[in-house]
Amino acid sequence: MMKLVVRRLVLSVFILLAVSILVFAATLLLPGDPARAILGQQATPERVAALSSQLNLDQPAVVRYFLWLGGLFMGDFGTSTSFGGPVSELLGDRISASLVLMVLAAIVSIPLGLGFGIWSALHRGGKRDKSVTWVSLTLAALPEFVIGIALVTIFATSVVQILPAVTMAPPGTPVWTIPSQLILPTITLALVVAPYIARMMRATMIDVLDSGYVEMARLKGVPERQVILRHAVPHAIGPVAQVIAIQLAWLAGGVVVVEFLFRYPGIGQALIDAVTFRDVQVVQAVSMIVAVVYVVVNLLADIVGIMANPKLRSAA
Amino acid sequence: MTTAPAPAETELSTVLRIDDLRVSAVGGAEILHGISLELYRGRILGLVGESGSGKTTAGLACLGHYRDGLVHTGGDIEIFPRDADPFTLSSLTPDGRRLLRGHRIAYIPQAPALSLNPAIRVGEQIREVLDVHGFGESPQERAARVAEALEDVGLPSSAEYQRRWPHQLSGGQQQRIGIAMAFAMFPDVLVLDEPTTGLDVSTQAHVLDTIRDMTRKHDVASLYITHDLAVVAELADRVAVMLRGDVVEEGPAAEVLARPQHEYTSRLLAAVPDLPGRKDLSLATGSISQVQEALAEVSADKTGETGAAADASVVASAATESSTGLGASDSTAGAAGQDGFLLDVKDLGMRYGSNTVLNGIDMTLQPGESLMLLGESGSGKTTLSRCIAGLIDGYTGSVRLRGEELAPSTRKRSLAHRQEVQYVFQSPFSSLNPRRTIGESLTVPLEMSRRLPRSEHRATVEDALDAVRLGRSFYDRRPGDLSGGERQRAAIARALVNAPSVLVCDEITSALDVSVQASIVGLLGTLRVERGLSILFVTHNITLARHVSDHIAVLNKGVIVDRGTVDEVLENPTHAYTKALLEDIPQL
Amino acid sequence: MSENTLSGGLGGAGATAPGQPGAPGSAVGPDGEKGAGTDIKQSASKPRSLMRRVWGQSEGRVGIILTAIIVLLAFLGPLLAPLVTGYSPTEFADRPFQPTGPFGTDDLGRSVASRFMAGGTLLVLYSVAATVIGMVAGAVFGIVAAYTGGTVDAVIMRVNDVLLAIPQLVFAMLAIVVLGPQGWVLILVIGLTHAPRIARVARAATLSVINEDYIRAAEMYAMPRSRIIFREIIPNITGPLSVEAGLRLTYSIGSIASLSFLGLGMQPPAADWGLMINENRIALSVQPWGVILPVAAIAVLTIGTNLLADAIARANASTNVGNA
Repeated sequence: MMKLVVRRLVLSVFILLAVSILVFAATLLLPGDPARAILGQQATPERVAALSSQLNLDQPAVVRYFLWLGGLFMGDFGTSTSFGGPVSELLGDRISASLVLMVLAAIVSIPLGLGFGIWSALHRGGKRDKSVTWVSLTLAALPEFVIGIALVTIFATSVVQILPAVTMAPPGTPVWTIPSQLILPTITLALVVAPYIARMMRATMIDVLDSGYVEMARLKGVPERQVILRHAVPHAIGPVAQVIAIQLAWLAGGVVVVEFLFRYPGIGQALIDAVTFRDVQVVQAVSMIVAVVYVVVNLLADIVGIMANPKLRSAA
Repeated sequence: MTTAPAPAETELSTVLRIDDLRVSAVGGAEILHGISLELYRGRILGLVGESGSGKTTAGLACLGHYRDGLVHTGGDIEIFPRDADPFTLSSLTPDGRRLLRGHRIAYIPQAPALSLNPAIRVGEQIREVLDVHGFGESPQERAARVAEALEDVGLPSSAEYQRRWPHQLSGGQQQRIGIAMAFAMFPDVLVLDEPTTGLDVSTQAHVLDTIRDMTRKHDVASLYITHDLAVVAELADRVAVMLRGDVVEEGPAAEVLARPQHEYTSRLLAAVPDLPGRKDLSLATGSISQVQEALAEVSADKTGETGAAADASVVASAATESSTGLGASDSTAGAAGQDGFLLDVKDLGMRYGSNTVLNGIDMTLQPGESLMLLGESGSGKTTLSRCIAGLIDGYTGSVRLRGEELAPSTRKRSLAHRQEVQYVFQSPFSSLNPRRTIGESLTVPLEMSRRLPRSEHRATVEDALDAVRLGRSFYDRRPGDLSGGERQRAAIARALVNAPSVLVCDEITSALDVSVQASIVGLLGTLRVERGLSILFVTHNITLARHVSDHIAVLNKGVIVDRGTVDEVLENPTHAYTKALLEDIPQL
Repeated sequence: MSENTLSGGLGGAGATAPGQPGAPGSAVGPDGEKGAGTDIKQSASKPRSLMRRVWGQSEGRVGIILTAIIVLLAFLGPLLAPLVTGYSPTEFADRPFQPTGPFGTDDLGRSVASRFMAGGTLLVLYSVAATVIGMVAGAVFGIVAAYTGGTVDAVIMRVNDVLLAIPQLVFAMLAIVVLGPQGWVLILVIGLTHAPRIARVARAATLSVINEDYIRAAEMYAMPRSRIIFREIIPNITGPLSVEAGLRLTYSIGSIASLSFLGLGMQPPAADWGLMINENRIALSVQPWGVILPVAAIAVLTIGTNLLADAIARANASTNVGNA
């Protein structure tokens, strides 16, 4: 088992290194002189030269990559061209703000999705199952900004005005000082994520409920509740953990749109500003942060999957 | 037959009575057309039927369980427990029925590997039955019962063993856990659904012994569902025969098997291969296929099947006699190498990593000979047959055809070599592409061999379809329209279109019902004579030996342990493995 | 709208479908009495065409109708817009956010109705193009990986893992910051970020088919490998692939609309639904039509394609669905 976990760990590190190469290679694609491309045609030659040396453009690409990668390990994400200061300073508070949003969304959506998925599977083919299927199919189809705007329309403008439509905390104060501003972004993300978890849980549960050992448990006279909780659910955990992981990792990217919509001061907002101003260093940094979140969450899911499977667990 | 002497009929006391039971598919056809059966204390009733006969449905109905898509539409089941008043299943609440399961009525499923929960330790799974049904007064009492139940079925009762996971046990051990679980609550009735399918012969013999002992010891009324008449003969006191949702015959085992009253029973019996080879399977196939047609078959065009039977009856008996004359009669296909062998396998070995699958295999096939390669699952027989057919490369040693060495994989073999050795797969449900018509699939070998101009392809394929007694009307049909036997015939036809000299048949009857098996065996005999084919018949079923082969090679753990003519090996087996095999095989 | 997982969620249906073409299990399993004779023969002898089975389900019908409505709007809208409102999508009709015309004016005083009717064409075209690119690339890599196996498989799948570590939108932004928000960049980056996800599905589907004996039979007859892929494998994995195509189309629409909404997709002054929402959302309470109309259109389109994908999945999983 440890061997399996270590192998996953090594793979994760490998993936992150490859991602860093990919992200770095993107800068090489900048047409012409990257410094000029970033600063625009009107920039003075002095500024271009300054940026060039700041980006180590006088060095070969390989050297620049290792300088950049080394920086990442030291917490030095480079210098933001639009903001002017170090990227780490720009992103510091925003990372925690985004994490708060993601964790809240996960706390809401995971039980919601698992609950509806199991409930739906138990009433397979019935009215309740059908309604869960329709609702989850509909929600799963909608881009997050559509859900967000619908919620804003209902709760913050036209119908009832009980929640803030945008983040109101002044810059510099932590987002959780005004809890009400977290509600709509959290619900939006949860509504996007929960249907996937519910659908996966339902599909997995149905597979499991059709299995020989569940039929056997019933033929042993095991009460239905115990059949579900003891015989069926444990088998659904492994595969569903993978989906939850992908969903959580997706949150890392999905917050971008939601943060933009609610003007929420997280890394997503920073990413959009950076793209608008062609601030490559910030985009690289955010991409790497998001990739780390993705890889870590997936690693955790793999470990849960290994733990949930006695065959893998005992293969030591 | 080893059936224990059955006490006189008068001593029989009924424990479960099925009365005019009807089950239908939801909104569809009726599956069980009003069957009635009785189970007696301390007796085993063998419920025999081919696939689709409704025997599993009937068995599960005894537990008040109907699978998804099935509904109980009429009749009832009455139970006469040891220590309570009789009652009917329909009078119970759903919870009442649940309490019955695993307690008064226990179930032993077909596939133990799938029926044990892989994430619960085996001891715990037995313990669960006791917990659910409130056995005894204390946890200690239950723990003691778990240990006792394990010992009863001949398994260790140690705490270490109880803490094992299902995947750490062998198939036979898993099935015994299932039996221990079933007997844990001292049930009145036991329903066993093909509990030995998939187990090898010796394991099956042990499991059957356990079942027999436990039934007697605990005075349980057992319903043993199976397709295997030989097992019924070994085990059951009474037999009921099912055909398409009806019980057509019921009575004491010895009587039914010796003097069947119903036509279907006698045909079924005639289709079961026997070790002495006295039966003519092809006779059975004719009549059975007629019965099947008359009763149920859906496909309109079935002319081939009856025709096959008629021909086969003549030929199959001829084929069992001797092969030398037949092979020699064909001038080209049968021509052998300098040493007289058509196919010559020398020192063939195969390993996957550190696992040696085959070791030092020497084997020869003469023109027109039929050789049975006998082995149980895991013996390496499929690997060996695929090495010969060129489906697996990476083996060591050599395979020669008429003295010329064959390249290890079909892609490297010459056109002629590729045509001459043909392989038929075990499962006809997997070997034909469901998206293509039979004609398209059967044309592939011709396209690849470029032996004939394109314009002759269709005629050649149609000839092959005729040869396997399917008829050319099957050319445009898809595998989904065909029954298992028809698909297997089509697969054999595909092997024939290029006029091979060696046909490798890998367990080609094991996925089929016994009557279909008989017809396929008959067909092989016919083809052998008509086309001067040499056949390598790979199987786990030794009872087929005299029906298909002149020579036999016994493969065990990757080594050929016994070989010779069929008579030599069956009558004077030299190796302990062969002897055990012959002892353990259930027979009619 | 999340990027990956419905494919995972449907994995159950998708993965089993190719494994049992022609429902062998039910025909003569060891004792597969579940369906007994009748229903086997029915389903096997005349498999209704996929389209009819999709239409036979309520999800399928609703999905097709919803999708068709928006596609018609997207393609006829630009032609009809000037006729209905009297203004082209970029003409100024009045001052900003006035109730002039059917649905008032937008942030720059252009006709909301005109811009709405003209705003779906590019979205639909780009989404379809991105989906096609993703499907082709993904299917090729997935099938080749599964069929070739060994090192090729390992390399393709590891590259996949790497690409998957960057969420689609973030990847798109990385591309846009470097190459600029041009149409081909959008199509290419959305399509190519779908590819690894599609490759996974195609690989799984292929693996389940590849162990079937009819593939071994084709190998045995030395059928050229390309022919095995086209004649034996692809026809048997069209089921899961078509489901995947439906899902990816839904996600493409969502991603491209999202990028436009963020101001990183279609650029002004083009009329585009996502962009309209971005332009007009400051006036959501005063002049909501400029937001509500495009939001509704995107919602209906994505719901339609998603329902369709789900109906295809069901039609594949069981040939009996839609009979009742």
